[in-house]
Amino acid sequence: MPTLAELMQRGRAVPGARPWPRVQVDAELWQTAGQLLAEGHWTLLGLWADSGAVHMALLAEPQAGPGILSLDCANGKFPSIGRLHPPTVRLERTIQDLYGLEAEGASDSRPWLDHGSWGVRHPLGEWTPSPVAPMPAYNFLEAEGEGLHRIAVGPVHASVIEPGHFRFTVNGEAVVRLEERLGYAHKGIDGLMREAGLEQAVKLAGRTSGDSTVAYALAFSRAAETALQIEVPARAVWLRALMAEMERLANHFGDIGAICNDASFVVMHAQCGTLRERVLRAAEACFGHRLMRDRILPGGVAADLGADGIAALRGLLQEARRHFPTLIKLYDNTASLQDRTVGTGRLTPELARQFGCGGYVGRASGRDFDARRAFPYAPYDQLQFDVRVATEGDVNARVWIRIWEVEQSLALVEQILDRLPAGPVRVGLNQGSGNATEGMAIVEGFRGDILVWLRLDADGKVARCHMRDPSWFQWPVLEAAIEGNIVADFPLCNKSFNCSYSGQDL
Amino acid sequence: MHRILFDNLAKGTLTEPPPAPDESALAELAAALERNARRKLGRSLSIRQVDAGSCNGCELEINALGNPFYDLERFGLRFVASPRHADVLLVTGPVTRNMQIALERTYRATPDPKWVVAAGDCALDGGMFAGSYACLGGVSAAIPVDLHIRGCPPSPTQLLKGLLALLQVDKAR
Repeated sequence: MPTLAELMQRGRAVPGARPWPRVQVDAELWQTAGQLLAEGHWTLLGLWADSGAVHMALLAEPQAGPGILSLDCANGKFPSIGRLHPPTVRLERTIQDLYGLEAEGASDSRPWLDHGSWGVRHPLGEWTPSPVAPMPAYNFLEAEGEGLHRIAVGPVHASVIEPGHFRFTVNGEAVVRLEERLGYAHKGIDGLMREAGLEQAVKLAGRTSGDSTVAYALAFSRAAETALQIEVPARAVWLRALMAEMERLANHFGDIGAICNDASFVVMHAQCGTLRERVLRAAEACFGHRLMRDRILPGGVAADLGADGIAALRGLLQEARRHFPTLIKLYDNTASLQDRTVGTGRLTPELARQFGCGGYVGRASGRDFDARRAFPYAPYDQLQFDVRVATEGDVNARVWIRIWEVEQSLALVEQILDRLPAGPVRVGLNQGSGNATEGMAIVEGFRGDILVWLRLDADGKVARCHMRDPSWFQWPVLEAAIEGNIVADFPLCNKSFNCSYSGQDL
Repeated sequence: MHRILFDNLAKGTLTEPPPAPDESALAELAAALERNARRKLGRSLSIRQVDAGSCNGCELEINALGNPFYDLERFGLRFVASPRHADVLLVTGPVTRNMQIALERTYRATPDPKWVVAAGDCALDGGMFAGSYACLGGVSAAIPVDLHIRGCPPSPTQLLKGLLALLQVDKAR
């Protein structure tokens, strides 16, 4: 069996691919890679299309870094990897929808993001002229048997939540099959990115998934800086990590409370909601925006941290450390709550590994992966933090991973405040070097690893930007984790995953 | 749990100070909102939120309205699960084409008299997503809108101000 490095040597290296190598391969090598992926030797990081080509990012082992394979689709087709390796299925369906490139031999060729309402087909590839033929009704997968019935939920849900559709097939109360249909939040971000300047593009990146606005802006900016070979001032790098950890804290606080709320345990919701609000208010005091939107941009950060902000953060740390341990005890000692979370919505380690699940979803099911540690980017290479893993894979394990991450993030915020370097927070961009350039970045958002692959044209404008949300590899396994659970536990399972709709739909 | 409850009883509430002259903007808002809501609608106003393809930023702040600092329900404002129970549709997002039918059906399922509030810059005119093949570009492109609340996303205080403005609009319906 060839290693990933050996396989890549058989391809033709693309000059200027940074920071990780990209090679052009033929259809045979592409399929060999798919075979080795399916055998579990490597992990899929992403699969996306460009004009007339498809790209696949693979990870053999974190220490070696990812490798990217590219295949020209001469006749508008490429060999399907999805028929060998299920995690790629939805990505291939998306490529088909947006670019019209066909995955040959695919096991599932139904549309994914395209619901037949755009007025165009393949908006990023060869446009099909209007009028577009109506799309046939969507075929949900079958589940047949005595006593089975279906429950359709969404896209408008009963609470304040993003749009998506769930089709449950149930036997009595037990779910025998869940099928998700997403795409309702598809805004066409890939298309809007084309020919956008960096200033516009980073704003779009920051609006891909609202709860990860910092992580997306960070991933985009790092990809752009890698492409343009720009060094960002040290203080900006540290402030970015500060924002990323605050975003992680806000989301974990909010979600831990919301998970308990779905088990009708409202006290935790109120208490955690208070901590979340305190983080958002500290963020506003520090950077002038509660979600810290548009605060990170290529070249640095848009706002420096003043004395008021530092005081607000010190206060936040004190407050969180005083109250959070009591809440953990409450969570752990409440039998009625544990009864709902322990053993519920179990994701097996095998499936988490196969799908390369990131974030707390993967780490609660034994996948020891964190982009902050796997591809250590500054300043995390100089900071102390632990990445903890559990193996139970149930709602309770996902809650505990988040509890541990809160503790680590509080420690990280403190380290950053103690050691924050002085100096400028932004450099000018030397745009339009006259050459096309490309860059890639992987950062750890609160939900998991976010991948951004960026190609800039000679004027420094975006030629292609691909952003891969961690949810791509978390949504499909939720379908498996819910099996055998009762319908009433779905909100609990769903919230403990908290996959992004908008980030996936793009 | 008892300790937390006792601690909180001893400390008093987190909810922002009660209405008083020269208090924070929020306290003023609280008073005005309560007064107007009661005058126009009795003791409650039910809101059905519809995400028509937002990035989820607006939803985060709408959810924050329920936290102990803002405690939306003290004004008689509450979020309901069905449009059939709602007086107000609070709509976010640039209205993706994939959500258009669902939004229109939700509107039709809401009994009259009803108000539509479009929250967030995307809901006004599509925001950053205007011009995309996948978006209509604003809520009013799909259903009639009574009020826009700006912001990306609007803060909980801005959302409260917007709801207050809704109650002050002298509607002839």
